[in-house]
Amino acid sequence: MPPLTHKVSAQNVNVYYGQKKALNNINLDIPARQVTSLIGPSGCGKSTFLRCLNRMNDVVDGCRVEGNITLDGEDIYARGVDVVHLRARVGIVFQKPNPFPKSIFDNVAYGPKIHGLVDNRADMDELVCTSLQKAGLWAEVQDRLDAPGTSLSGGQQQRLCIARAIAVQPEVILMDEPCSALDPIATARIEELIDELKENFTIIMVTHSMQQAARVSQKTAFFHMGELVEHGDTQDIFTRPQDERTQAYITGRIG
Amino acid sequence: MDHDHIVKSFDDDLSRLDSIIAEMGGLVERQLSDVMTALIKRDVKLAQKVIDDDKRVDELETELDQHTITVLALRQPMADDLRAVIAVLKMSANLERIGDYAKNIAKRVLILSNMDPVGDTAQSIGRMTALVQEMVKNALDAYGTLDIQKADNVRLRDEDVDRMHTSLFRELLTYMMEDPHHITASTHLLFISKNVERIGDHVTSIAEYVHFLVAGELPREERPKCDLSSQTTLEED
Repeated sequence: MPPLTHKVSAQNVNVYYGQKKALNNINLDIPARQVTSLIGPSGCGKSTFLRCLNRMNDVVDGCRVEGNITLDGEDIYARGVDVVHLRARVGIVFQKPNPFPKSIFDNVAYGPKIHGLVDNRADMDELVCTSLQKAGLWAEVQDRLDAPGTSLSGGQQQRLCIARAIAVQPEVILMDEPCSALDPIATARIEELIDELKENFTIIMVTHSMQQAARVSQKTAFFHMGELVEHGDTQDIFTRPQDERTQAYITGRIG
Repeated sequence: MDHDHIVKSFDDDLSRLDSIIAEMGGLVERQLSDVMTALIKRDVKLAQKVIDDDKRVDELETELDQHTITVLALRQPMADDLRAVIAVLKMSANLERIGDYAKNIAKRVLILSNMDPVGDTAQSIGRMTALVQEMVKNALDAYGTLDIQKADNVRLRDEDVDRMHTSLFRELLTYMMEDPHHITASTHLLFISKNVERIGDHVTSIAEYVHFLVAGELPREERPKCDLSSQTTLEED
């Protein structure tokens, strides 16, 4: 079999919330170890699409997903897929930092513990340390690992959530507007972090900030009214989009 | 450009860039037509006007530069807006250079007015200048109407300018060989011809940025180069 050029692939994906069709025939290949941004106006379906990728929509009442979504060529909606295992492979970071009401250490250790990734204290210490290091938070919290996660600043909390996502050694990290609640400095830290993380992870990010999409992603997909209008290299999407709807959206025109 | 942004003041910013380019373009076209008339009619007053007008062109370029920086910093334009801002920045730099060449020609016209004409080379240069002036007009029209075909045609016309310059180069060399008395005037005329040829290149660059603005990329094809003056020698009879 030839090596897969994409990590995640969506084919003919339709999503319904009850009677309402939220996504219409989405086809999108997401390359490994790159950052892909999903952009589009509110209600366009980009977050819905993101949540399909680790089956977060399973828990939404009346939500139905049709079509084919594969991770490394395997259908993630196939019968017998362990959703908990899937979500360990495809982690998610939300808009608002949501650390568990536990210590900084336990926030990071929780995932590896329930997934049984380590079996002794020394390995756990090591994993928590490297996860916090990868998330760029270690230097700031190493002397207060017992402090509650919620005692950190917003930006630190978001990096804690990223450390928590990394700790279970996922392959894909989904980010749903990870910086919208952060100030510009904290945002820059997260963006720098995303840039480093793409060496090891495939990152798919929903953002309302076009500048952010332009700064951090290599690929950009534009959604509009439940459709994937256009996707391609970020550089092309922001300098010479092919579709008028993309043009109108990214230039702030009345579409 | 079709503006109509949700934030209306952004439209105003872009319109202002348009209007600066329009004013610069109008002035430069005028400089070219004036300097051509001044050369042919040996009109010293008109030549001086061309020199004076260049100040305004320079001011407009500075104004456009500053306004462009403001738009980039405050609006962070994307897609065709970004291309529009980059295009006007490049276009104004080219227009400013054209203005400089017109001014340099005008200075030489002042000197030439005290010398004997060299054959009808002034008329030939006049025709060449008329051609680049038309190219400037077409390039600016192409910008105004986002007409990529018109912009591409301007590019192709530059061939004719190059050919005219090469032929003038030979002709002036011949005059100089014939009579050393012609050398000073011929040298000035040669520089004028070269200036007009350079103007043709700057117009071409403007046309290429109109192409970029419309198509999202610079034209790919090499355009034919017909200025052979750098390889030209005069065969001894």
